[in-house]
Amino acid sequence: MMRSNFDRQLRQLHQALTEMGAMCEQAIAASVSALLDGDKAGADTAMERERDIDRQEREVEALCMKLLLQQQPVAGDLRAISSALKMISDMERIGDQAADIAEITRHTGSRALPGHLHIREMARAAVKMVAGSVASFVESDLQMAKEVMIYDDVVDQLFDEVKEELTALIRSDSSSAGEALDWLMIAKYLERIGDHAVNIAEWVTYAITGSKSG
Amino acid sequence: MAEKTILKAENLNFYYGSSQALKNITIRIPANQVTAFVGPSGCGKSTFLRAINRMGDLVPGTHVTGSLTFRGQEIYDPRLDVTALRRRIGMVFQKPTPFPMSIYDNVAYGPRTHGKHSRARLDELVEQSLRAAAIWDEVKDRLRKSAMGLSGGQQQRLCIARALAVKPEVLLMDEATSALDPISTARIEELTLELRERYTIVMVTHNMQQAARISDKTAFFLTGELVEMGDTEGLFSMPRDKRTEDYITGRFG
Repeated sequence: MMRSNFDRQLRQLHQALTEMGAMCEQAIAASVSALLDGDKAGADTAMERERDIDRQEREVEALCMKLLLQQQPVAGDLRAISSALKMISDMERIGDQAADIAEITRHTGSRALPGHLHIREMARAAVKMVAGSVASFVESDLQMAKEVMIYDDVVDQLFDEVKEELTALIRSDSSSAGEALDWLMIAKYLERIGDHAVNIAEWVTYAITGSKSG
Repeated sequence: MAEKTILKAENLNFYYGSSQALKNITIRIPANQVTAFVGPSGCGKSTFLRAINRMGDLVPGTHVTGSLTFRGQEIYDPRLDVTALRRRIGMVFQKPTPFPMSIYDNVAYGPRTHGKHSRARLDELVEQSLRAAAIWDEVKDRLRKSAMGLSGGQQQRLCIARALAVKPEVLLMDEATSALDPISTARIEELTLELRERYTIVMVTHNMQQAARISDKTAFFLTGELVEMGDTEGLFSMPRDKRTEDYITGRFG
């Protein structure tokens, strides 16, 4: 087989991205657990994963550069490598934002998340989107990627609800404004994480079909 | 801007004796663009290139069916003046083929063959052609020296100048850089992009990266058939046919 080395390198790239995706899932799951259940260890895990993700990003980047240089890829190979380079930026952002959420939960500490806020639903939705986008990559599954893109509307809608709820909270009790701003930041991070998951799903679609919308 | 077709094949078949080298080729080649033909050895790409200026006629026992036109004129019309056709459709080969004569005479050879020119007019033509082929500065002080003393890359550019001296409309390049080092190759690639302004270029290349770098359109041939043709960027990022993908990514064989 005349391109066995190249195929081995491409499998290595796929493996490295799969691992990076799994790290993102762990980071967001851990920070959400810190947020929803006051799990202090969860915050630490999210921070650790964020560092792992950064390291993995550099490794994948180096591998992609090597492949571009050595193999001068075209067609499906070119799409796989260029989408990998794009995907890792989104994964890296997911890691950052998961760590940002974890950071906030550290100082909100004992204050429990007010039960009526839709942040809880947003957090679950973000976890689901990240898991879905990673799975769509691992399985090369267009349908799964499409579902992630569609699900983004749910997160956006929840974000609007959360904003209204927080506005109401500040109106009714201005002493809770500082706390409300923390919740707002968290909601915004979750909303951004959803966007990054959509980007990953789009790059998966591009790698398979040559078009980002499938 | 709408593309103007300069060469058109419709159901073109080409045979060497009983063996069929081209099967039902239908293709339009746009004017003032670089079109690259790619495909494995024996796929018919060079046969097609050579059919365009009837270089294939030089092989005994060939015959052609179907239509191949240049600006609407049938190339295989028996009444066609083949010498005039080859003046309008020039060719550059894989190995540089300078004539064993001076640099000046190499370039003046075509114009002298195709008509009488004054000394001043010839000088002008030679200079223009050598400039267009991006070799003038390197040879202007030794025009009377033998062309055989030039490097391979210079010889190839001289051959391009010689082809340009008869004012062709199309330039066929048959693996014109495959015998050259990377620097000479890069010069000829640059030159190709400049020449596109005034000429139509059709090239055969085994170098996929070269096709991707300098052609506007790419056509992929396999076992005598045209598998697909399209914008080079599209063909190299998202080929329509699985066979094209397999070939350009090196999955064949």
